[in-house]
Amino acid sequence: MKEAQGHNKTKKFGMVIDLDKCTGCGACMVACMAENNVSFREDESDKQLSTAWMRVYKMTNGKPFPDADVCYIPRPCMHCEGHGGHSPCVSVCPATATDYDNNTGIVSQIYTRCFGCRYCLAACPYHARVFNWWDPVWPADMEKMLNPDVSVRMRGVVEKCSFCYHRYQRAMEKAHYEERHEIEEDEYQTSCTQACPAGAITFGDLNNPDHTVNQLVKPDNRHGGRPKNPQAFRLLERLGTNPKVYYLSSREWVIRAGDNYVKNENH
Amino acid sequence: MKIDRRSFLALTIGGAAGTALTPLPWKLTDDSSIWSQNWPWTPVPAKGENSYAYTSCTLCPGGCGLMVRMVGDRAVKIEGLEGHPINDGGICILGLSGLQLLYGATRVKTPLKRIGKRGEGRWEKISWDEALANVTAKLGQLRDANQSHTVACILGSKHGTTSTLFKRFMTAYGSPNVMTTPSVQDTLEMTLQVMHGVEAEAGFDIENSDYILSFGSGLIEGWGSPVRMFRANSAWRENGVKVVQVEPRLSSTAAKSDQWIPINPGTEAALAMGIAHILIKESLFDNDFIENHTEGFAGWKKMVLDEYTPEKVAAITGVGKTAIVRVAREFAGADKPLALCGRGCGDTPGSLAEAMAVHTVNALVGSINREGGVIAVPMTAYAAWPDMTMDSMAQSGMVKSRVDGAGSDKFPMAASLLNRFAGGVIAADAYPVNALLVSGANPVYATPDAQAFKKAVEKIPFVVSFSSYMDETSMNADFILPNHVYLERLEDVPVTAGLQKPMIGMVQPVVYPLHDTRHAGDVVIELARSMGGSVGDAFPWDNYEACLEAVLGEKWDALSEEGIWQDENFQPAEWGEAFETASGKFEFMNSAMGLMPSYVPLSLEGNASTFPLLLIPFDSMRLASRFISDPPFVIKTVEDTVLKGKEMCVEINPATAKSLGLANGKSAVLSTPKGGARVKIYHYDGIMPGVIAVPRGLGHTADDKYMAGKGANFNALIGPVEDRASGLDTAWGIRAKLAKA
Repeated sequence: MKEAQGHNKTKKFGMVIDLDKCTGCGACMVACMAENNVSFREDESDKQLSTAWMRVYKMTNGKPFPDADVCYIPRPCMHCEGHGGHSPCVSVCPATATDYDNNTGIVSQIYTRCFGCRYCLAACPYHARVFNWWDPVWPADMEKMLNPDVSVRMRGVVEKCSFCYHRYQRAMEKAHYEERHEIEEDEYQTSCTQACPAGAITFGDLNNPDHTVNQLVKPDNRHGGRPKNPQAFRLLERLGTNPKVYYLSSREWVIRAGDNYVKNENH
Repeated sequence: MKIDRRSFLALTIGGAAGTALTPLPWKLTDDSSIWSQNWPWTPVPAKGENSYAYTSCTLCPGGCGLMVRMVGDRAVKIEGLEGHPINDGGICILGLSGLQLLYGATRVKTPLKRIGKRGEGRWEKISWDEALANVTAKLGQLRDANQSHTVACILGSKHGTTSTLFKRFMTAYGSPNVMTTPSVQDTLEMTLQVMHGVEAEAGFDIENSDYILSFGSGLIEGWGSPVRMFRANSAWRENGVKVVQVEPRLSSTAAKSDQWIPINPGTEAALAMGIAHILIKESLFDNDFIENHTEGFAGWKKMVLDEYTPEKVAAITGVGKTAIVRVAREFAGADKPLALCGRGCGDTPGSLAEAMAVHTVNALVGSINREGGVIAVPMTAYAAWPDMTMDSMAQSGMVKSRVDGAGSDKFPMAASLLNRFAGGVIAADAYPVNALLVSGANPVYATPDAQAFKKAVEKIPFVVSFSSYMDETSMNADFILPNHVYLERLEDVPVTAGLQKPMIGMVQPVVYPLHDTRHAGDVVIELARSMGGSVGDAFPWDNYEACLEAVLGEKWDALSEEGIWQDENFQPAEWGEAFETASGKFEFMNSAMGLMPSYVPLSLEGNASTFPLLLIPFDSMRLASRFISDPPFVIKTVEDTVLKGKEMCVEINPATAKSLGLANGKSAVLSTPKGGARVKIYHYDGIMPGVIAVPRGLGHTADDKYMAGKGANFNALIGPVEDRASGLDTAWGIRAKLAKA
């Protein structure tokens, strides 16, 4: 068996976002749009209708001036594992248009299978999925900047962050071409990770102790991937979605904002 | 046959069950989803050979290196250049969207001649020959009539070969009226001129400081070289560097800092002076520097001790006495402290006395020309331009007074005062302005008191825009001679955004020009050549590329191969040699010019009873407020607490809003002595009571539908306030009122 020989060990690609470093500049959002052919419309100020795979939310601590504080929190798809790959969206998709890949831990979205029932939008607790209510339009010569590695979505389907899966495919193709079985950590990085000017985003294999993501959060796989690092947290941890996006913060109120705690409850 | 209820139900249910057993419904669902997704108008991106092209960014003064992913001859994505000394793979939101400027709908595709009224947007496409002939004829006619000095030119940058070609053209032609887009760097240059006696750019060794005291600078909101600042900010977090942000509003920088000190708007200089007071009173200053390398300390010290006691400063600034003393002690206690100024992204030059006050805080602790401090980076002539002869016309034109008053007896230090230009044109005291050339700038949008600027432009009979885009300035021009977009052209970009060392980046074309555009540098050379005489002789190059190669000399090879040139050996001058003032030392005061670091309160336009609130702007990485406006990707990321529909939001403290009866999310009318706008109320706990804030960068009227008609232009709500010492714009805000809509 290959696995016994140490090859092709199951990977679990995940992301760690350092909220102390994140400046809320929005570069990750546009890096994602440019990489993944995300469309745009004239008015994008209704955020419920605005297509973004990566969205930066602004959180406030709710205190009055001058004790107010603000923290930005970038939110890609969490690529939930749930228990054994039962992520909320995968469980409800009647068309098998979204699936959990046990080899990479990536939740896929296959546009040609999706018929737009939007069950997954309802199921996703992170609002990571968006529905295409309109056909995409690229004005002037902008079709020229479309990335051929990512298919363009059409009206009537749901789309979401893929952890730039096409970049994984490209890296794997290159590795196979060079007769390697494995790719290096830096060979597969998402577009947002690459672009982040603050270096706040780290991406890699959570199962690989040599990868920075593993070292940053120290995921406890026996307990649903819970981080052992006390400054690391996941959004809505207690839903049991077992997401693969971790956040780091030194601020207590930020960590608490990541889940619904009752008053005086410790996280 | 009679169909009774029973048989009807049996037929219906049986039929449904039967159909469900067949693959038909599933096949139909599948087919319909495939069918509904195969519209011919959903584009399929063309495949092609993958490669990368390398260049530099020009969208802000930051100077990042870029690698552009190419698929065939299409540019599909801009990424940050790994290993580049400024951005090392990182890139900002605007830089990422550059391809939308290249391929977007705002491009001017051919030379255009206005046929409708100004601003009406009716144009006739003309050939380059016709465009050049028209401009040459007009300029020639003015020159023949001894009116060469009545031609003005506005440039986006004072550095770089393209700008120098324009300036050279104006000199050879005979007009002193060249203006550049202002920024805090102008004020910092003057500060170094007065206090150090040197002509230098202010560099900041932020990476090596261990305590950052920022007087309102948007360190992670576009100040300096943005990506460099993001990287520095992350390093500060990792290394435990303390960052203190002094600002009336909880900006992103304030939120990221270790300590946010809210301050009454515009009183930052008073706090700097208060900190200087503590440093002096408690003898926390650098003795060696003060004793051996400064002049005029004793006199200035007395003034500081008398005028800026913590009690007085607390009363002015609203910052508590203990906070003032604590920050001063922490600052002095740090090994390599650094104080910074320039509000927001640094586009407003600000007051000279304030920049001097902050610089003095650095000087007191010796953070001058040393690791982690302010570094005077000499403006060495990096390009060797050949001498030129000026004919009598040029000579007589060049000695005329400038329209903006820069370099006059009143403002001897100023090289350009764009904020005074509109006033000069409208008053036309000495002479009218008969022609205006604009390149790399959008002053009709970006100059404070935008309405006055537009009026001034209306008064100028001949306006030529060299912009690549149909921006507000192009809309109000008579001729547009479109430049290539930066991704289509060759150009050198000296980076002057507060770096520690002289650096030049190279912009190299990554795609062939899409439209019938021409490099502005080539156009200037052609214009000069067709003018003939000494004007033509000043431009001995065949084209821009030949010129660039010639003037860059030995740097050409490094720049065209590496894409970057850095003065690796540059070392800041030692204190003994750093100062070229009359005394040869750092001077606290310049009595001859009547300049010293101090707090000069600004009298804001409008009276407090009509306009009870103070309106300040804020900068954001997600809103470009300079020459370039937001491409569709970037405007898409703007939060709904900043822009909602067509209305921009105004930040107001909930307590203030309550007293005015303004509910969150409701529409209101914002008015200032300069203008008004319909806005949406946004209750924000991060802003001082009595102060309101709106974003800069909205309210475009030109460009495309993705950008135009969203929110209001802050520059139309505020007017410039002239700094008595420098003449530069020092307005940090304006009085305002909010009323229910």
